[in-house]
Amino acid sequence: MSKVLIQFAHPSHSKSNVQKTLEKYARKVKGVTFNDLYEHYPDLFIDVKREQQLLAKHDIVIFQHPFYWYSSPPILKQWQDLVLEYNWAYGPKGHALKGKKIFNAVSCGGGRDAYTSDGYNRFPVGQYLLPFNQTAYLCRMEYLPPFVVHETYTIEDYVLKAFGEQYAELLEALVNDRIDPAELAGVEYLNELFPH
Amino acid sequence: MQQSFFFQAMIYLAAAVVMVPIAKRLGLGSVLGYLVAGVLIGPAGLKFIGMEGQDIMHFAEFGVVMMLFVIGLELEPSRLWRMRKSIAGLGGLQVGVTTVLVTGIAMLFGIGWKEALALGMIIAMSSTAIVMQTLAEKGWLKTVAGQSSFAVLLFQDLAIIPMLALFPLLADHAGTADGHGGGSLVSALPAWQQAIVVLLSVSGIVLTGKYLLRPVFHMMARTGLREMFTATALLLVVGIAVLMTSVGLSPALGAFVAGVVLANSEYRHELESSIDPFKGLLLGLFFISVGSSIDFALVTSKPLLIIGLVAGLMALKMAVLFVLGKIFEVRNAQNFIFSIGLSQIGEFAFVLLSFSVQEGVLGKEISDTMTAVVAISMAMTPLAMMVNEKFILTRFCLVSAGLQTSVRPSDVEEEDNPVIIAGYGHFGNIVGRFLRANGVEATVLDNDSDNVDFLRRVGLKVYYGDATRYELLDIAGAGRAQMIIIAISDEEKRLELIETVKKHFPNLHILVRSTNRNDAYDLMNAGIMHIYRETFDTSLRLGVDALKLLGHRAHEATRMAKTFFIHDERTLKHLSSIRNDEEYIHAARQHIEELEVIMQADREAVNLNALAGWDRKAEAETA
Repeated sequence: MSKVLIQFAHPSHSKSNVQKTLEKYARKVKGVTFNDLYEHYPDLFIDVKREQQLLAKHDIVIFQHPFYWYSSPPILKQWQDLVLEYNWAYGPKGHALKGKKIFNAVSCGGGRDAYTSDGYNRFPVGQYLLPFNQTAYLCRMEYLPPFVVHETYTIEDYVLKAFGEQYAELLEALVNDRIDPAELAGVEYLNELFPH
Repeated sequence: MQQSFFFQAMIYLAAAVVMVPIAKRLGLGSVLGYLVAGVLIGPAGLKFIGMEGQDIMHFAEFGVVMMLFVIGLELEPSRLWRMRKSIAGLGGLQVGVTTVLVTGIAMLFGIGWKEALALGMIIAMSSTAIVMQTLAEKGWLKTVAGQSSFAVLLFQDLAIIPMLALFPLLADHAGTADGHGGGSLVSALPAWQQAIVVLLSVSGIVLTGKYLLRPVFHMMARTGLREMFTATALLLVVGIAVLMTSVGLSPALGAFVAGVVLANSEYRHELESSIDPFKGLLLGLFFISVGSSIDFALVTSKPLLIIGLVAGLMALKMAVLFVLGKIFEVRNAQNFIFSIGLSQIGEFAFVLLSFSVQEGVLGKEISDTMTAVVAISMAMTPLAMMVNEKFILTRFCLVSAGLQTSVRPSDVEEEDNPVIIAGYGHFGNIVGRFLRANGVEATVLDNDSDNVDFLRRVGLKVYYGDATRYELLDIAGAGRAQMIIIAISDEEKRLELIETVKKHFPNLHILVRSTNRNDAYDLMNAGIMHIYRETFDTSLRLGVDALKLLGHRAHEATRMAKTFFIHDERTLKHLSSIRNDEEYIHAARQHIEELEVIMQADREAVNLNALAGWDRKAEAETA
């Protein structure tokens, strides 16, 4: 059994459809802690102690957020700056996060084909996430492929529902340690482990 | 039996105090309790009171006057306008159709058309007192049935004017048009002149209410004496009653008009809570006197006629209402409540009956019989409602009536704001403006009449009144709101208000302004979770600007302030728990110690927290 911590960041939550649906499904999964960052720290004044304690208590961390300007909303950057302290998360004595898994669960307006060398976004999602990837590496964590929902502006309800179910399946599998590390190798998105 | 006033008062009060709780406990409602109490102490029961029950009833009808004043207060002209379709359509048809049917049937029985028409109009009326009281008790006022009933009752109240104007025209002039005791000043005038007097006096009330009363109430409020306000409110209602009676018009209607005129005034809630207790007691007295006035001798002398009349008339009214309810989309369960609820003949019938005897429209015998019929039909209503609730509603309708709240959109105004703000001075008004800017409407209560006056002039809906009074809170919708924001400046009053809210409205979140640390401790001891020290945030903002002027970076200074804020809120909670142990003993010494402790902790906290993260990060980058 693993404990999963979702670090959720959405500054205009009331207007989001996709993220709200993912949240709804995620909150139903046992063993998952849903930490709504903007709700806890509306003025971006992050309680570092609390956040570090949360991290220590969990095995898998998920940054769940919309893919604003090819990255996360600002509170996640603020969170990294403040919480991932030297000699706690990284540095010669920083072993607090060692061996924990981490990945991003994002929602993008563009389609998957836009995130190719021919598409208008030119690079795959994974490349835009490189700073997260490297942060994880420096903190001695294992960075997994992202969970991605594309075309959020035109998404149909039944498709969105399917994504919600897929996300819940993924979380269930993570909690119950049912993800085979070998499977991860050939996968661009975690979605691919749970075909619908 | 010679009885003193006090003895009578004791009998009435004792009967009510004994019977009403029993009736409530048995699920019969207070109205039936009062009625039974009346029967018990009346000539047919223990004979504590004789036929003077009739006189008491005329006095107690004043409760109905007050009730209509209060109903008027709750009806802003704009809301009245929005309800126009139900009032004119549903109400108009009910009065019209019932009148025509009853007139027709009466004529079939060989009664002359003038008398028949008079009877028709009398019987078309329902009892505002009984229906509204019962609906309110069951919490059905906001349901479709409740709103429709109200619309019909309102139209009936309005219909009284033309009826009273019409009755003299129906009279055979050989009748007893003069020589009766309570005769009005104008009854000697020809009918059309009376009609003009009627119109003039109603417009008189409107104009007075609109232009004269507000300055008067303003003045009374400024005296700061609560009883002067109550006295003024009572004087207003009594004065209207006297005026209306002297021109031969229904005092209830005059009071209603005055109420509507004052519905938009800032004194509305305060007026309501001043009149309410009087209204309740007088209505109770009224129901008791209705019970005691049922002439059982008459009933036993011709039981079949009276029982037949009661049953027939109620069935007829019910049928008319039920059909109209169908047409106006009052759905099944609601339609039963609506049609059965309004099926009695109302208290206006007593007025109209005595009026029509005065005017010589109806004979004494018909009038006496009808009086008994009216009283019995009123007594039957709570029973019929109970039968309806117990048997018809559960058997024939799938949905429980109480749950089926209003689904009709337009003409029903829900006055329930989620937020009540008590105190709208410099503190409360910022909260209020902020909420309003975000589309949250608040019901505002303030007891500074000058302030209220000013705020209303700039177009805000602010009500005058002492928010610590239960009645005012109740009327302001505290039972349905989500939170109360206590922003009044008086510390004692705040604590008083908190007690009231905690006792009567545990549903409300309480957000309280506090003056300083000590006051905040008191509020914590009162069990308040959300406390806002009025100068705390501002002082810190000033501190931030001071740091900036001294050369600190804006963002860093702001984070320091936030750190300080969180830390201070924490110490406040901590110290309040310490303080409890030896309260008042070493207050002075403690205060100094406290400050020392706070200041020591301040330095540690700020140094530790505010700039963590980035500092170490810089270290790391060089590593």
